[in-house]
Amino acid sequence: MSQSTSKLARMWDSDVAYSFRRSPVTIIAAIVALTIILGAVFAPWIAPHNPFDPSSLNLMDGFSRPMVPNEFSGNTYLMGTDNQGRDIFSTILYGARISLFVGFAAVAFGMILGITAGLVAAWRGGWVDSLLMRIADVQLSFPSILIALLIFGIARGVIPTNMRETMAIWVLIVAIGLSDWVQFARVVRGAAMVEKNKEYVQAARVIGVHPARIIFSHILPNVLGPVLVIATISLALAVISEATLSFLGVGVPPTQPSLGTLIGNGQKYLFSGEWWILLFPSATLLALALSVNLLGDWLRDALNPRLK
Amino acid sequence: MLAYSLRRVLQSILVMLVVALISFALFRFVGDPVNSMVGQETSLADREALRRQLGLYDPFVVQFWNFITRAVQGDFGISYRLQEPVMKLILSRLPATLELALVSGTAAFILGVGFGVYTALNRRGLASNGIMTLSLIGVSLPTFLIGVLLIWVFAVELKWLPSFGRGDTVALTSWWTTGFLTPSGRASLVLPAVTLGLYQMTLIMRLVRAEMLEVLRTDYVKFARARGLSQRAIHFGHALKNTMVPVITVMGLQLGSIIAFSIITETVFQWPGIGSLFINSVKAVDVPVMAAYLMMIAAIFVIINLIVDILYYIVDPRLRLDGGGKH
Amino acid sequence: MTKPLLSVRDLKVEFPTRRGVLTALNGVSFDIMPGEVLGMVGESGAGKSLTGASIIGLLEPPGRIAGGEILLKGERIDNISPDAMRKVRGKRIGMVFQDPLTSLNPLYTVAKQLTETIMTHLPVSASEARRRAIALLDRVGIPAAARRIDDYPHHFSGGMRQRVVIALALCAEPELVIADEPTTALDVSVQAQIIDLIKEICAERNAAVMLITHDMGVIAETADRVAVLYAGRLAEIGTVHDVITRPEHPYTQGLMGSIPTLTQESDRLISIPGSMPRLNAIPPGCAFNPRCTQTFGRCTAERPDPIARPNGRQVACWLYDEEKAHG
Repeated sequence: MSQSTSKLARMWDSDVAYSFRRSPVTIIAAIVALTIILGAVFAPWIAPHNPFDPSSLNLMDGFSRPMVPNEFSGNTYLMGTDNQGRDIFSTILYGARISLFVGFAAVAFGMILGITAGLVAAWRGGWVDSLLMRIADVQLSFPSILIALLIFGIARGVIPTNMRETMAIWVLIVAIGLSDWVQFARVVRGAAMVEKNKEYVQAARVIGVHPARIIFSHILPNVLGPVLVIATISLALAVISEATLSFLGVGVPPTQPSLGTLIGNGQKYLFSGEWWILLFPSATLLALALSVNLLGDWLRDALNPRLK
Repeated sequence: MLAYSLRRVLQSILVMLVVALISFALFRFVGDPVNSMVGQETSLADREALRRQLGLYDPFVVQFWNFITRAVQGDFGISYRLQEPVMKLILSRLPATLELALVSGTAAFILGVGFGVYTALNRRGLASNGIMTLSLIGVSLPTFLIGVLLIWVFAVELKWLPSFGRGDTVALTSWWTTGFLTPSGRASLVLPAVTLGLYQMTLIMRLVRAEMLEVLRTDYVKFARARGLSQRAIHFGHALKNTMVPVITVMGLQLGSIIAFSIITETVFQWPGIGSLFINSVKAVDVPVMAAYLMMIAAIFVIINLIVDILYYIVDPRLRLDGGGKH
Repeated sequence: MTKPLLSVRDLKVEFPTRRGVLTALNGVSFDIMPGEVLGMVGESGAGKSLTGASIIGLLEPPGRIAGGEILLKGERIDNISPDAMRKVRGKRIGMVFQDPLTSLNPLYTVAKQLTETIMTHLPVSASEARRRAIALLDRVGIPAAARRIDDYPHHFSGGMRQRVVIALALCAEPELVIADEPTTALDVSVQAQIIDLIKEICAERNAAVMLITHDMGVIAETADRVAVLYAGRLAEIGTVHDVITRPEHPYTQGLMGSIPTLTQESDRLISIPGSMPRLNAIPPGCAFNPRCTQTFGRCTAERPDPIARPNGRQVACWLYDEEKAHG
């Protein structure tokens, strides 16, 4: 284990940290991403209103323009309010909370699934390997949004109507997670195949070292970099997928609006001129996806200088 | 070659069978087909009769076989939601999707390859860096958001282009209607095509750029330079052709995903294609339409894959085992 | 006395890196006479290939010529425009690379690659170019050249491909051919054939050859003169006979003690203890001093420039300095 930690320490000490300091774009991306994530995590403490508490809503506040006192109630809102008088700034904080929760959970699910599948494929070899990789190939050739939609459709058919609302977020996490396990599986399988054939691993197997030990002390440290890159880019994709599905009306339930739901809602008011209902959630989603993507791009280059 | 083709065809059939199995399982086990077909007032006896008539008590293999034979003939049953034959629904909406995919796919291909080559050849230029930054935004912007923003700017603010629907269409055959022939049809196509094509374009561009940079580093390009060939001959004769070999594969797959991504675009623009049909079916758990859509998409993917293989074979002589041979 | 075909004067090549500028070649000077074969030897990383790349103007960025000049028949070619340099490459200086498997574009026939090069440099018609290409392939020893010319590179074996590469390097009748490890990637059985072919065909056309290799055996059999590079500096240059029978630089003496035979592939010169320093850790004074058995005070303090010796030989070693006694 000491070998892996020192490797990590060295990696962090030299090239990665250096290229981070060198890239202003990356620093800005990190700040933007961190701000949105912190805002989402601490939403209940930061948000001026709780958009899910009907008692705090006042229909008189509906359609307030940003930074302009409402003509009926006189209240002023930073980013305005929507048709029901909900503060847009607060809904964005809570929306980002849901978007990020689904995103992180889906990536974690996909990552665990993918790493497990990759390890099993490499370790077992033979038909298990062929089968898993064949499934991965086929799935990779279909767009993930289609797979997520299909899983969603099946879940909708299987889950009783009265449970749909409570299960929706979990269905979403599974659907998005299932659509991006392949990348993880491939990377882990590749690395595990290389390690598996090394002599010390063969020797360790012969003297009866538990496979879990070999996996945790030798294989996983080796794939940490690529897995981190994939996880970062997957997070951006997962947030986008979640927003897309919610926008299409097959994602989170309307009682728990995510950024996608907010944008879908905002679109309805475009033609009547209430642009702020659309603009602010859209800008937040774009800033989040773009900054996480930039971080992923930077991470990939930093961990693999040859590709620059 | 023959053995190779045969294996590819067999593989394709296998993939189709697996997808058919999923579709069938969907149809058979998600929800109850009988309860979905009949109204509340239908008696238990009638339901029982319908079950028998549909063959739901037959052995699984027999049911699957019947499903496949009907599917091959284009019979996917009746839509639960719209009470019309699924095939008729899909056919009537297919032209809208295909025209949209064709326009955006062609534009994405031409612009993507063009920008990709440009940014690879002028790696340090200001324009290249600008294009690359914009492309990252293009990749990060969700398709639906692109659509909504385009509607806002070009339909709501500028009022240049329509924001929904297909405009006026002209019927070419009994089921093929085209929007290409009317001014409103063409105008309606612009925003959805841009929305659908933008992501694909950035993807192709980034891929072409990466592959081209890779190819420009190869020995044969170095050797071509050492022979004093002109920049044009090296870049567009040698490098571009070699770049396109791996790019073709990915682009073939992208063509398939254009059709899948049209689900989102069609929803944003209320485009009357198969994508919006599918999403509405998912919401209503209209299983026959979902099953048919799945099989159709799979069929398109399989066909595209075969075409890509053939293209590959034409472009890359190493795959051809004609005459000569290795001595 | 004839004028040199190529003169390299005090050549300095640098690689800017994030941890400072690395000097990969420093103060390298030598001449090549018309029709002469100059061997260039040294360990991997000594700067042999960089010298070749500098001459033909194909240094990989960020590498750059930071000093000195390169003259072809008395005219500078190191600072001319890319277009002018393109007319030199292939036309006046040909180059043969190490690996024939990767030097040829796999997607084009041999005919296309040959005629393209011929027509870039010579004012001939397509049919004349093809006729010349066939004659050239025939000359480099491709059997049934008229038929094989339309084959793709992968139809040829490694040795045959290197013959094709040689034909390509020679097809515009250059005055100088730079052969960068032309046999390293080949089977031992064909190495001697390829070396003989290069020597013969260049002699026929009165083209000079700069033969880059780490194989002293090849130099002994082929070259007229030999230049020994060590850590980016010239250690010794002289006629092959002189250098091989009476090496003067301690490094060359060590090299001679370890001549690998033609049948033995070896990149390591085991008879000298230690290894060549990295570019970022070249010791002060003579670069060879940590490995040298005859070091004295001056070697670690002052860098030796090449010192003229009888019969046109030059040796960069303080042992041969007139003022040695004072050192």
